[in-house]
Amino acid sequence: MSDLTLTTAAATSPEAAPRTPPASQIGLRGWLRANLFSSWINTAVTLVLAYLIIRWTIGFIEWGVINAIWSVPENQTQACRDLRGVGACWAVITEKHRFILFGTYPYEEHWRPALVCLLFVGLYVVSAMRRFWRWELALVWVATLAVIGVLMWGGVLGLSYVPQERWGGLPITLILATFGLAFAFPLAILVALGRRSKLPAIKALCVLYVELIRGVPLISLLFMASVMFPLFLPEGMNIDKLLRAQIAIILFAGAYLAEVVRGGLQALPKGQYEAADALGLGYWQKTGFIILPQALRLVIPPLVNTFIGFFKDTSLVLIIGIFDLLTAGKTAIIEPAWQGFGIEVYLTVGAIYFVFCFAMSKYSQDLEAELNRHRRR
Amino acid sequence: MSETLEHIASAARTDAPPAILLDKVNKWFGALHVLRDVSLSVAVGERLVVCGPSGSGKSTMIRCINRLETHQEGRIVVDGIELTDDVRALDAIRREVGMVFQSFNLFPHLTVLENCTLAPIWVRRMPKAEAESLAMHYLERVKIPEQAKKYPGQLSGGQQQRVAIARALCMKPKIMLFDEPTSALDPEMIKEVLDTMVGLAEDGMTMICVTHEMGFARTVADRVVFMDRGEIVEMGTPVQVFENPQTDRLRLFLSQILRGH
Ligand SMILES: Nc1ncnc2c1ncn2[C@@H]1O[C@H](COP(=O)(O)OP(=O)(O)OP(=O)(O)O)[C@@H](O)[C@H]1O
Ligand SMILES: [Mg+2]
Repeated sequence: MSDLTLTTAAATSPEAAPRTPPASQIGLRGWLRANLFSSWINTAVTLVLAYLIIRWTIGFIEWGVINAIWSVPENQTQACRDLRGVGACWAVITEKHRFILFGTYPYEEHWRPALVCLLFVGLYVVSAMRRFWRWELALVWVATLAVIGVLMWGGVLGLSYVPQERWGGLPITLILATFGLAFAFPLAILVALGRRSKLPAIKALCVLYVELIRGVPLISLLFMASVMFPLFLPEGMNIDKLLRAQIAIILFAGAYLAEVVRGGLQALPKGQYEAADALGLGYWQKTGFIILPQALRLVIPPLVNTFIGFFKDTSLVLIIGIFDLLTAGKTAIIEPAWQGFGIEVYLTVGAIYFVFCFAMSKYSQDLEAELNRHRRR
Repeated sequence: MSETLEHIASAARTDAPPAILLDKVNKWFGALHVLRDVSLSVAVGERLVVCGPSGSGKSTMIRCINRLETHQEGRIVVDGIELTDDVRALDAIRREVGMVFQSFNLFPHLTVLENCTLAPIWVRRMPKAEAESLAMHYLERVKIPEQAKKYPGQLSGGQQQRVAIARALCMKPKIMLFDEPTSALDPEMIKEVLDTMVGLAEDGMTMICVTHEMGFARTVADRVVFMDRGEIVEMGTPVQVFENPQTDRLRLFLSQILRGH
């Protein structure tokens, strides 16, 4: 009894030092204990995995850095072949990087697609910052895309004309992905709203669109766009191949994104719609101020998941002969001198894809935390 | 039932047109008949309390008044405008009728202030500065001006419901509908919301309030309506209805309410 009184007195007295948990449970030591060495099985798994990771890292550094060959005299790849796989032949990248990045675009004009890539990245960065989320941003987009068009095609302002067949590499990937998602996303929102419309005709149309497009593989859509679609056009009329592929991608991505958006719309409680109605807000006001801002926040993770998927799916255009980044990489090693160095090329191309996809993923996490701040108490 | 008719007649005798008139309103959810020949007339400035057992159609009735639900037979006239499929009539009515829900239904992604200014700015086309000062005025009335910059999720239930009342008031409605505004609240918060509503009643707002708060009904209501199974069974002053029930259904209901409290 007296013991109890003593402890309570100590706990309430103002000069009592704040008590910390035992040292074995906090900090690095506590974390290691809890996560890696909590039982003998856990300890064994930790040790085995640590061994494998270290072995693999050392092996990769030996192959990729220590034993690697960084450049060779023009097309003399014998030195690389003599390595017999114990070292990477980065010479293929040194030699071919401009072809991989820009495809068959005229060599002396490579600064143009390079600038285009930078413009795209700049556009992404500006659009990602919330303080630029004003209507003027739409103007920036239109202007940037126009400049990109001028740079790629040329034919004006003293730039030489470059037909679309000669474009290739990273700009193609960025064009397909950016235009694709920039048009597919608004389309998806309209379709998702339409699927919940009270008007039967609109609803039926949206359901039909989603189900039809989702029911076929992207490859067959691309084939249709490239082979069948021209058959329906009048003689002499010809729509750019890239544009046709672009439309196919927009339609395809639109259907998938629409379902993601619809999921968000469905997750909103009915009371939100009713409160907006009761205040007298019209349909578009209700949708724009109340429903979409909440619904889209809810679906940021699956939305970005789909975005990332489509960024990579643009590489499927290779089957209709468009030279995107991956196809350019593949073509770079067709030449007999460079055959057999696929790993180096694919690692490089993969790394480029990874940078873009990882940036998207990271950004979406920050955005999610930022936009859902209001849910924290 | 004769009493019902008598009350409509008495409302009709006053010279001002009623704020709300329901005339033999019927509604079905599928085959379920939820409103049966409901007739009711609410005068301007009148305070009406609606009570009745769960599922009796109280919510459905007041939701028909601002057309969150559509009725299938009969006539509803609000502020001189008959409710039809005409969208312009609907817009006009929703501007005049404010509603407070049991589950608050605040917009969680907007601050308290934005919740209050959204509709005045976009529906009433009020300049932003004016809408904000109006919102602050009403937030002061419901005694939470200091919460204006917070998000609804950061407030207590009672505070949220008071914001919901302020939000509705910012549209300067002529009529306020309350659907069980206190039944999602903890007991200690009920009073702050009821006090706000009493204040509104004292200012002469036309109110229809679905609630089982007998104390509130006694002090504030001009008339109490008792509904059961989609019908208005009894209607009268709080004293008439609570002290002198005419039907077994009301007696049963009152005994359950009193036991519950
Ligand atoms: N959207 C709907 N679809 C089908 N039936 C409904 C719908 N809304 C309400 N109902 C039914 O209509 C009847 C009346 O419901 P209402 O919500 O008006 O009752 P209430 O008197 O408000 O009850 P409570 O006190 O529980 O809120 C109930 O039987 C209910 O199940
Ligand atoms: Mg109800």
